[in-house]
Amino acid sequence: MDAPPTVRARDLAKYFGEVVALDGVDLDVAPGQIHGLVGPNGAGKTTLLGLLLGLAVPDRGTLEILGTPVGRALAVPEGVAGFVDGPGLYPSMTARQNLAALAALRGDTTLDIDDAIDQVGLTDVADDRVRGFSLGMRQRLGLAAALLTKPRLLILDEPSNGLDPAGKKHVYGVLTRLAANGTAVMLSSHRMDDVEALCSEVTILSTGRVAFSGPISKLASENSELDYRVRTSDPAAARRHAADARGIRLRDQDAIQDAAQDPVQHAVQDGVEVLVISASVPALDEFVKRLVGDDIAVRELAPVVSPLEAAFLALTEQQETN
Amino acid sequence: MTATVAAPETPAVRRVPVVRGYRFELVKLLTQWRVRVLIIACWLAPALFVAVVSQQASLPVDTLFGRWMHSTGWAGPLVLLGFSGSWALPLLTSLIAGDVFAAEDRLGTWRHLLVAVRSPRRIFVAKALSSLTVIVVLVIGLVVSSTVSGLLVVGNRQLIGLDGHLLSPGNAAGTVFLAWLCALAPTLALAAIGLLGSVALGRSPMGLLLPAVVALAMQIVQQLPVPVAFRLALPGYAFISWNGLFTSPAQLGPLLIGVIVSLAWTLVATGLAYFLFVRRDFTNPTHDGSGRLALTAGLLPLVVLLGVTTAAVAPVTGFGSGIDQDKVQRAVAVEFAHLYRLQTKQLNRADVTEEQLQAAAECTKGGDQVAARGPGNDWRCVVSWHIPGVAAAGSAIYQLDINPLGRYVADGDGPKEVNGFFLVRTPSGDEPNPLWQFDGNIELLPVNPKG
Repeated sequence: MDAPPTVRARDLAKYFGEVVALDGVDLDVAPGQIHGLVGPNGAGKTTLLGLLLGLAVPDRGTLEILGTPVGRALAVPEGVAGFVDGPGLYPSMTARQNLAALAALRGDTTLDIDDAIDQVGLTDVADDRVRGFSLGMRQRLGLAAALLTKPRLLILDEPSNGLDPAGKKHVYGVLTRLAANGTAVMLSSHRMDDVEALCSEVTILSTGRVAFSGPISKLASENSELDYRVRTSDPAAARRHAADARGIRLRDQDAIQDAAQDPVQHAVQDGVEVLVISASVPALDEFVKRLVGDDIAVRELAPVVSPLEAAFLALTEQQETN
Repeated sequence: MTATVAAPETPAVRRVPVVRGYRFELVKLLTQWRVRVLIIACWLAPALFVAVVSQQASLPVDTLFGRWMHSTGWAGPLVLLGFSGSWALPLLTSLIAGDVFAAEDRLGTWRHLLVAVRSPRRIFVAKALSSLTVIVVLVIGLVVSSTVSGLLVVGNRQLIGLDGHLLSPGNAAGTVFLAWLCALAPTLALAAIGLLGSVALGRSPMGLLLPAVVALAMQIVQQLPVPVAFRLALPGYAFISWNGLFTSPAQLGPLLIGVIVSLAWTLVATGLAYFLFVRRDFTNPTHDGSGRLALTAGLLPLVVLLGVTTAAVAPVTGFGSGIDQDKVQRAVAVEFAHLYRLQTKQLNRADVTEEQLQAAAECTKGGDQVAARGPGNDWRCVVSWHIPGVAAAGSAIYQLDINPLGRYVADGDGPKEVNGFFLVRTPSGDEPNPLWQFDGNIELLPVNPKG
């Protein structure tokens, strides 16, 4: 039998006075799914995560968590854990004391504190006071606190904040294993690469509304045309080919200059002009063939932003314009 | 990545019981270095203070019972109680109750706590009870530490009351314990004000300092010539009215009023804190409590309570200062008679009873230039007494400094045989002369002379 969705939200709305934090949000998260929640600042991500944790109730709509309708604040069922706005830790206690206090609060003597600490890689500092922890270590301990309760829905707000690459890899491994065991994970992030690496589905929020919700592959394909950075052995000839080719649009000079100033793109290298074009994948293939046919070497060809990020930008800009 | 799993049972909504929340809050408090330092200080510092002061040549005579610290170990905890009511207890309540809610704002842990406990009401109860527990532990430390030190260093001896009568060691022990117990009532009131400040003012330093600021304001008001009804309506009056336990008969009226008023403030301030806390929107990250509602719902009801209490107390107390010539004369005469008996014993003279002495006092204020009522340092009393078998009456002169709370210091002006020397030579060595200078207490409520 297929399990019911861990989260099922329909037409959720939440207002803070005259501010519309969420408006008509639908959301489905299946067991074992890692679901990303992205959106610009103020899009309503934290508010939505807060509703899932039971910190508030929606002003409109229905919310079911683990098959239980949530009708009032702090009434989410057992099995939901996580944090929003950073992990809640007490700096005067050690890592172990924080978890022990939480376990005692839950009255569950079977909770394995050492295992939770070990899972997030903090065994060496388990008896150090949290006061001296870095942001990344606090994030990991916050995750350990959530893991302690063996959640079936794990809510994490910006879990990779402050994590170094090794720490990030470790945490991703933990979340992936958790999902493989059937726990649904809902996480928010500002980093598209994090979401791409970890999540199977994503919800994009913009000004409190859902701009997209579904598999990441579908999101990437929705945005058929992407910006690409092209560096060749003959920039002038390449520019002429781009201007003549069908389905290729040369980005205007301002865009090129913007791209050149973007340190990620390394657009002007050794004084060589970098072309920025907008194209679909088939048109790009044709363009490359023409360059090669004209004996122009393609030294670099890369999307200016990742397909997911491009889709995100396109969707959120469109939503804000609407 | 999605895994297909079997449908589990629908889990229940489970709230954490108050007892577990209470333990959790207690653990959090006890892991704070500040709280640990306070506990150590409250259990050790009074012992050191009493031991050191009891060994000094000069005693803290400005503090009630300070002049008797050489004479009995029971004076130490009372000196400490006087000091604690003014400074230590308000500060302790500030540091514990004034921070118990604000700390979560500072650490950003509210959401974590709410998700774990799932009931703001239970969180409030757990926090209130845990802070109360720590405060009581600190107060017990003050009592035990000062008492043990006093008894070890000075000894378990008779205590001289505020009207000069002697309390046996057993009686002194019970009365000292009762005095500290009465002081718990205003401590609770300040703790409740601390909870209210902590909830209403959030991260603001004023939340933390509120009990200390309120206590300081009350002390200032108590030194002003305000009507006695207003004085008794302040929640800190029981920090003063325990003095009445050390007279015979005990001045229970002001004490009971003080305790009841303190408990009323405790209930109202705690109720307001609860009201504000459960109405708080924890999803709003900008909320730190210091809004207009906090001010109007937190402060105004307390001002109304003060007005209501003053009106309720006024028919009993009247609106005067509570200090008049009759009361002063009666208090000085009674105390002189008790202390004269004590001096007689010290000097190994033939015993005499208070009835035989027929002590009487004639007191004036400002050299008859002003009405003989109200506080001031310009009171002058001529005390006369009779010794059995001696025809002539003895007389002694005292200058009195009476403060607005009814407490006075009587300073002897002679004759030198009665009150002219600081020490008297007794068979067991030099002892403080009880009639040289003495502290007393005038009951501010109307009293029946025959009562």
